Amino acid sequence: MLSFVSAHSPLLAIVIPLISAPLCMLFGNRTVAFTISTLAVAASFALSIYLLWWVKDGTVLSYHIGGWAPPLGIEYRVDTANAFVLLIVSAMGLLTLPYARTSITDEIDENHHTLFYACYMLCFTGLMGVTITGDAFNVFVFLEISSLSTYVLVALGAKKDKRALSAAYDYLVLGTIGATFFVIGLGFIYMATGTLNMVDLSQRLPAISDSRTVRAGFALIVIGMGLKVAVYPLHRWLPGAYTYSPSAVSVFLASTATKVALYVIIRFMFSVYSARFGFEAVTFQYVILPLALVAMFGASFVAVYQINLKRMLAYSSVSQIGYMLLGLSLLNVEGVSGAFVHMFNHAMTKGALFMAVGAIVFRTGSAMLPNMAGLGKQMPWTSAAIVIGGLSLIGVPSSAGFVSKWVLMSAAFERDWWLIAFLIVGSSLIAVVYVWRVIEVLYLQQPNKDVVVKEAPLSLLVPTWILIITTLWFGLHADFAIGFATTAAENLIQGGFGGKEVIILGVESR
Amino acid sequence: MEHHLILRVVTKILVGPILLYALYVQFHGDFGPGGGFQAGVIFAVAFILYGLVFSLRQLRELVPDRIVHQLVAIGLLLYAGTGIVTLFLGGNFLDYNVLSDVGYKGQHWGIITIELGVGITVFAVMLSIYYAFAGRPPQLDDKDW
Amino acid sequence: MDRIFNAEFALGHMNYWLFVILMMTGLYIVVARGNLLKKIVGLNLFQVAVFMLYISMGKVSGGTAPILIDNPNQLYSNPLPHVLILTAIVVGIATTSLGLALIVRINETYGTIEEDEVLEIDHQMHADEVAKVEKLKPAKLDAS
Repeated sequence: MLSFVSAHSPLLAIVIPLISAPLCMLFGNRTVAFTISTLAVAASFALSIYLLWWVKDGTVLSYHIGGWAPPLGIEYRVDTANAFVLLIVSAMGLLTLPYARTSITDEIDENHHTLFYACYMLCFTGLMGVTITGDAFNVFVFLEISSLSTYVLVALGAKKDKRALSAAYDYLVLGTIGATFFVIGLGFIYMATGTLNMVDLSQRLPAISDSRTVRAGFALIVIGMGLKVAVYPLHRWLPGAYTYSPSAVSVFLASTATKVALYVIIRFMFSVYSARFGFEAVTFQYVILPLALVAMFGASFVAVYQINLKRMLAYSSVSQIGYMLLGLSLLNVEGVSGAFVHMFNHAMTKGALFMAVGAIVFRTGSAMLPNMAGLGKQMPWTSAAIVIGGLSLIGVPSSAGFVSKWVLMSAAFERDWWLIAFLIVGSSLIAVVYVWRVIEVLYLQQPNKDVVVKEAPLSLLVPTWILIITTLWFGLHADFAIGFATTAAENLIQGGFGGKEVIILGVESR
Repeated sequence: MEHHLILRVVTKILVGPILLYALYVQFHGDFGPGGGFQAGVIFAVAFILYGLVFSLRQLRELVPDRIVHQLVAIGLLLYAGTGIVTLFLGGNFLDYNVLSDVGYKGQHWGIITIELGVGITVFAVMLSIYYAFAGRPPQLDDKDW
Repeated sequence: MDRIFNAEFALGHMNYWLFVILMMTGLYIVVARGNLLKKIVGLNLFQVAVFMLYISMGKVSGGTAPILIDNPNQLYSNPLPHVLILTAIVVGIATTSLGLALIVRINETYGTIEEDEVLEIDHQMHADEVAKVEKLKPAKLDAS
């Protein structure tokens, strides 16, 4: 049995949640649906840990779907980089579910709960699939599975606030344009190489890297995925989608969706195209780097002036994505590993913050800042979570946010880009401003007289605090994340699909 | 419901052949053009035609919403279940060769099963899309034609 | 003249020209039209253009449909892009129906499907919300 699970582990991590979605629908009972989806996500999480443990030294696992060997067949390929992202997605998925169970009770109609779980599982499957697959077109398919279910999840917020509908519509239009751009890019490189397997692509592309078709393909892929990542000028869908969706959905989206899209950019940029030199490197230094800096400052400034806390956090997400892109565009090992570490830390931090805000919304019914005056006394645990999360967002030492910013700064120093390093600090100072605004409202203002607010229920507090404690834990024990991220970055920066050795899992293909 | 006589008669004549044609496309899909996607849509078309002419209410009595939603799930489970079966028979996911002693026969069985799953899901999804849009008020009155 | 306009080149890449025209028409409609329904139509055109790119790319001149009957050396078109596009078509249908469903809901709750009117209602709602919370005078906590 164990060898069976081990031999099919990359596949089972995707198929178990995939099967659980129709099962949720079939039974049509929300307790059963919740149990099924939790079990499925837990299994997926366990498998991700197992996979990450297996590949932590740079081993590469390959699983051939249907027994068809690549480049003909579809391949699931696990290396350190995507095992790390798999862990982020599945961990956040697992923590969000028990949170969602309570938080959706008054946000979504009761007879839609099973559909919520089904959509959630499809979204989860899609994100995991995008991460694990080694086939370029398969990325698109999984991406659309996750995106379509995300649009539905965002629109479910309409029971509380009808603006969720227009936000979901915006997201649908922009997300589809992004995905379609991505497919056009894939079409171009398929036309030039005749293959869609990523490993095969990476071997064939260098010979024709001067071809204009291949370059146009790269540009289209980066723009298409950039829309999904919410790179600064392409982020218009993000604030609305995060603000008006149900709290649990905000948590899950903010901590996983953009990260997975960013992982796709990384994969295509470093592994499929070897971005160390030439056109791709230029793209990143002269296009993505300035945009990342604009995001870090522009989006932070906008965040300062938001009166809706969820929207403030959404803009802060845009600026944090800027940090990750900055790390990538440094094009060195530290930079890329900084991007990975920041992905990990930001997923935890933003997840915790959105959970805490969701808890406040659960009790007070509003995410508007003035409504939260004096909640520090009435909801001490939730407010404390917001404070610690905020500190991690700023990057105060001993929090997770500090670790990633430190890695990013040392990457900038390594390239002797002092200015960039100072800009990282400067942008963090703006984060101080908006985090302070929240703390001031929570603790230094008189509570609204006639309102008595109870502390959030335990089912909301426990996941929040698990995330807060991990934030602190990984702030002090940075080796864990940095270790994996460095191995991943070293493999990525070499270009192609290196790695120590490739183990072909599953049954020998005929 | 005494008017639209031609429509009703033609529909009654057409529904049968459409269903039959859908089944042909479904089960001939492994030899020639066709398969679950097309068959599912054609199969659903017969029902939608019935619904358009004989009112949505009657169609919903024939195929209740619950059944449609469950069919969506069942089709997907049939597809994924085939994959799981191949896993337990000692192959990779969706490796049809293990379904039979002779490799190509296994491929045959596998394709037929998953195309059936696809067909069921596509049929149910098309029907549920039709329900979702047509079931919204305001409904067209019979006199508005 | 030959250098400026090469008729053979232009005509030989006919499928790409059509792809570009169709794609840009779709994208233009998405950007320029205010009606949410028309935007979805544009989005559809945009996606269909991609289908055309893939399918025309798989064509092998002189090749027939990739169905093997008796002649194993028969020249046939590349079936892979067609299969890929089958998936993309399904995705397109799902996107369209989801978009239309959202439009139906928007029409029910907002009473309009014109983008500028929806936006105005959104802004009005935001302004109302802000006005409501501004009334809760935030009072500083005394230092004592």
